[in-house]
Amino acid sequence: MAPHTEQLTRPAVQLRGLTRSFEGRTVLDGIDLDLPAGQLTALLGHSGSGKSTLLRAIAGLDHGVTGSGQLSAPERVSVVFQDSRLLPWRRVLANVLLGLDGKDAERRGREALEEVGLKGRERAWPGELSGGEAQRAALARSLVREPELLLADEPFGALDALTRIRMHGLLRELWERHRPSVLLVTHDVDEAIVLADRVLVLDQGRIGLDLTIDRAHPRSYRDPLLGEYRERLLAALGVTEDHR
Amino acid sequence: MTTHTTTTTHTTAAAPLAPVEEARQVRRRRRLAPGRRLPTTRLIGPAVVLALWVVASAAGLLDPSAIPAPWTVLETGSRLWDAGTLPDDILTSLQRAATGFAIGLTGGILLALASGLTRTGEALIDGTVNLNRAIPTLGLIPLFILWLGIGETFKIAIIAIVVYIPIYLNTHAALSGIDSRFVELAEVQDLSKVQFIRQVVIPGALPGFFVGLRLGVTGSWLGLVVLEQINATSGLGYMMFQAQNYGQTDVILVGLVVYGVFGLLSDSAVRIIERRVLSWRRTLSS
Ligand SMILES: Nc1ncnc2c1ncn2[C@@H]1O[C@H](COP(=O)(O)OP(=O)(O)OP(=O)(O)O)[C@@H](O)[C@H]1O
Ligand SMILES: [Mg+2]
Repeated sequence: MAPHTEQLTRPAVQLRGLTRSFEGRTVLDGIDLDLPAGQLTALLGHSGSGKSTLLRAIAGLDHGVTGSGQLSAPERVSVVFQDSRLLPWRRVLANVLLGLDGKDAERRGREALEEVGLKGRERAWPGELSGGEAQRAALARSLVREPELLLADEPFGALDALTRIRMHGLLRELWERHRPSVLLVTHDVDEAIVLADRVLVLDQGRIGLDLTIDRAHPRSYRDPLLGEYRERLLAALGVTEDHR
Repeated sequence: MTTHTTTTTHTTAAAPLAPVEEARQVRRRRRLAPGRRLPTTRLIGPAVVLALWVVASAAGLLDPSAIPAPWTVLETGSRLWDAGTLPDDILTSLQRAATGFAIGLTGGILLALASGLTRTGEALIDGTVNLNRAIPTLGLIPLFILWLGIGETFKIAIIAIVVYIPIYLNTHAALSGIDSRFVELAEVQDLSKVQFIRQVVIPGALPGFFVGLRLGVTGSWLGLVVLEQINATSGLGYMMFQAQNYGQTDVILVGLVVYGVFGLLSDSAVRIIERRVLSWRRTLSS
């Protein structure tokens, strides 16, 4: 989807002067940010730069953290964590349906599992799933609620490289079908470039770089034209030639 | 990351490159978990003890007045059974153990819920229970006899205390030790407080509760034995106490066997329930 068609709608997430600090140390230093509805945005940054802090603020999970600023986010927000966070005492389908009620909930849960390729595993215990399967179940759990905003904090961080690539395809496909706004936190520059329409770099508590990636999907990891984006992002992250 | 090789005929991937050792078998990791459990293994130990007893008695190695032969114990047991005194004593003892256990179980669970789920409850209850725990419960017997008389009430009260403490401690620890990642998940999934407690906190605390439950079951028998030995006016312990006065070791052994059988049965019952309720754990401990 071309970026220019998206600015018609009201932004899904709006941050104005968002500040967060821990014990006097400022982690987020007045962030202004709009995330348009239906856009897939990736957030990069060094370890400790505050990516998770930002994500948790948007998700409303930062109880007791000192900070100020304005924040507006949609009603239906889903979060995918780095670990699948399935409750080990509930079967896979019951995990997907956690917190969901209504009479067609079960049907929707089964559909969501089918979408992520876990049809037939509804009655498995989470302990019986592989890492990739567990993460797909977590994805199903967040999608079944039809979120307007999907927040994902390094959702593929614990997966092997091959499973990761497969999950990239799946995430992109699911996003195209359901069109939530997505904020994807990642360490992986290539992951950001291949998946996202827009890549943000968090640096010194602010958005240091805001890069729109205007290339058609599906993107290949080998596309030389993406190399230019990679250079800019790595430069913004302070990775120079002699670091490599 | 870890590959479990299940076949012994597997060769290393490096074998073609390093033909020094031909077709070397993959070294299997030492298995740290004990192997598959044999059915009825738990009965093997007691069976061996019983066999030794039979053999030693038959060979005349045991002084019959100190340790009577198993068949003597059986005979005495059936004689007492036919006379009607054994069933009466068993019933009395079972009633005490069951009543005390039921009260202790209920109390332990309710207190653990109140203190594990609410801050006020924790402030009021947790310290008090730990104070109670610091006092050896059997040391309370004289006081309880003065308060409640030497009848049934004080015995049941003591058993209930012996039972509620481990159930409370383990359940409370499990309830308040809930993984914060799951709390966060529940917040993200918009669970209500009631849903959170019912679907996340309580199922997560069940393994801890069962640890306490098994300690509580054992505790109820222990309390019973002690009470009936010291303050017996009826029941199995009374029977054994009387037998001691007349030097009837066979009757004492009948009493011990009955205690043992009930202890084993109740523990097995809890294990079976635990396996059913926590079937999801089998994926880890199989
Ligand atoms: N609850 C907390 N208490 C104190 N300091 C915190 C807390 N949470 C985060 N911080 C600090 O805030 C800074 C940003 O943390 P955050 O987790 O947002 O980083 P991140 O960008 O997500 O890092 P990573 O890529 O390693 O996950 C870190 O220096 C961290 O130590
Ligand atoms: Mg983080």
